[in-house]
Amino acid sequence: MRKSPGDAVFQFLVDNYLVVILILMVLPLWRVFMLSVTPQVDLSDRTFGMLVPPSRWSLAAYKQFLTHPSFLVAAGNSFLILGMGVSLSLFLTVPLAYVLSVRNLPGRRFLHTLVMIPFLFNPGLIPSYLVVTGLGLYDRLLAVVVPGAINVYNVFVMKNFFEGLPEELKEAARIDGASELYILFKVVIPLSKPILLTIGLFYGVHFWNDFFNAILYLGDARLQPLPILLRNILQAANFNEYVDIDVFSEARMESLKAASVFLTALPMLLIYPWIQRYFTKGTLSGGLKG
Amino acid sequence: MLKKGGGGRVEVRGTKADRPKIPGRTFPETLSHAWKFRGIYALGILPLAFFLVIRYLPLWNAQIAFKEFSPLDGVWGSPWNGLANFSAFFRSPYFWPLLRNTLMYSLAKLILGIPAAVLLALALYETGRRALRKVVQTLAYLPHFLSWIILHGILLGLFSASEGLFNEINRAAGVGTVNYMGDPAVFPFIVVLSDLWKEMGWSAIIFLAALMGIDPALFESAQVEGASRLQQVRYITLPGILEVVVVVALLRIGTILDAGFHQLFVLYSVPVYDVGDIIDTWVYRQGILNADYSVATAVGLFKGLIGLGFLVAANRLAKRIAGSGLY
Repeated sequence: MRKSPGDAVFQFLVDNYLVVILILMVLPLWRVFMLSVTPQVDLSDRTFGMLVPPSRWSLAAYKQFLTHPSFLVAAGNSFLILGMGVSLSLFLTVPLAYVLSVRNLPGRRFLHTLVMIPFLFNPGLIPSYLVVTGLGLYDRLLAVVVPGAINVYNVFVMKNFFEGLPEELKEAARIDGASELYILFKVVIPLSKPILLTIGLFYGVHFWNDFFNAILYLGDARLQPLPILLRNILQAANFNEYVDIDVFSEARMESLKAASVFLTALPMLLIYPWIQRYFTKGTLSGGLKG
Repeated sequence: MLKKGGGGRVEVRGTKADRPKIPGRTFPETLSHAWKFRGIYALGILPLAFFLVIRYLPLWNAQIAFKEFSPLDGVWGSPWNGLANFSAFFRSPYFWPLLRNTLMYSLAKLILGIPAAVLLALALYETGRRALRKVVQTLAYLPHFLSWIILHGILLGLFSASEGLFNEINRAAGVGTVNYMGDPAVFPFIVVLSDLWKEMGWSAIIFLAALMGIDPALFESAQVEGASRLQQVRYITLPGILEVVVVVALLRIGTILDAGFHQLFVLYSVPVYDVGDIIDTWVYRQGILNADYSVATAVGLFKGLIGLGFLVAANRLAKRIAGSGLY
């Protein structure tokens, strides 16, 4: 294919636009990383702390966090919430999606509508707050797990996947006299590993990132997950409770803040490149059509 | 369940449903038909019970919007007060500013967000450099998975008075320190642009998928006719994804009252309440912090009803235009 000068300009513009986007995406992340490893502000630095050479980096802020009880407790809570949340969510979402996917189930339309209505009409924060506190869940980790355990969107993505499975396999198992539970576990689930992984990851991201339910329902500092610790640090409220920062501290406050940002994001940053394709697949297989 | 024919087959659970519904089926027949699915219903009991508690009980609780709720009397026992909670809100000085801010953020994010996502998808589609495309895709999708609290930390690295990059530049340039996050004139821009940074890549995915779906034969014949790359974009690529763009825009309009609660909740502060307070943040403060459950519920319900109307209308329109909507 021959290239006209106009097309070459077009290609040049497209590629450079992507480079600009790349820089815009990286710059804010790089800034936080640089802050986290820079022990002192160097006023003579003409790069505004953006290009501190690795020889002058310090991991003091990270060390301080990783050895501090508050951080370890919060990280523990975060992982606990993640584990509980993903298990409970899949435990509820898989059978619900399966039931909705059975094509000739009597009352299917009714069930479909039943699941759809709260998706379309949200009565707001307070009525849900009264439900969760009414269940006696205040100051229990379960309070941040329960409200997000069934995501209607995820249910429908999974339902669409189940509907695409060959009907003959399930039917063959039924002829052999298998129970529905057996069919779900031995026929449907083994064929659904990609979607289970995708939906599990969607839930995982939700529970790892969720902070608002923790603000609503977890008053006890010992129960709070990482995002809440991070929020307290960023707002510098009770900073001393969380990190010992005094004149002897190696790391300055800005580094500590930045390090806490990075540490909270770290699990996501580490697994993200490996799981990216599952997310893209998941978002494209969406749609709530029944 | 296409197991018909082959006479004499053993009774199979569920096969009857393949028959067209016989209008004359009696109630006992329907029941006995449904009984064959008992195993499947049994699987649904636990998730549905859970769903009813966390998603339908709130609908019941929403009645306190029409009551003077006191925790001692409970949801049912509290006395009705008609529309007093609603009129208290509509007559309050908060109503119009809250509605204005909510719509301002929603529309600004929509108007900037969709063209930015389309442009990014287009650039990713048109570039011949595979490595560049992969790197940009990975980095642009990433922030979607970071919470707003982390974004807050990142934004402080750029905008805060003490450690913000822009203030270090300001100080070096001899300009005084500016508290960007606390400046009502700057705060809305930070809100809209940070949302753009976070979500642009992720929203580009659907447009990229639409671009991949365009018939390559169209480009081939255009090249034969001597069309330039720009002309191909103008006459093939953009028209090819127009429908998807319209549907995405419509569905975003369907949630127009969701201006980004988590974002504003995390980023706003007292000095910028005038330009940072949206319906959702006000409901949180009024309901949870001031424990004025009834008025907060009334406002939430009002928002939910308007939202329902917008969503249904947007979905109808999307179906009419593209033949497919959200549900």
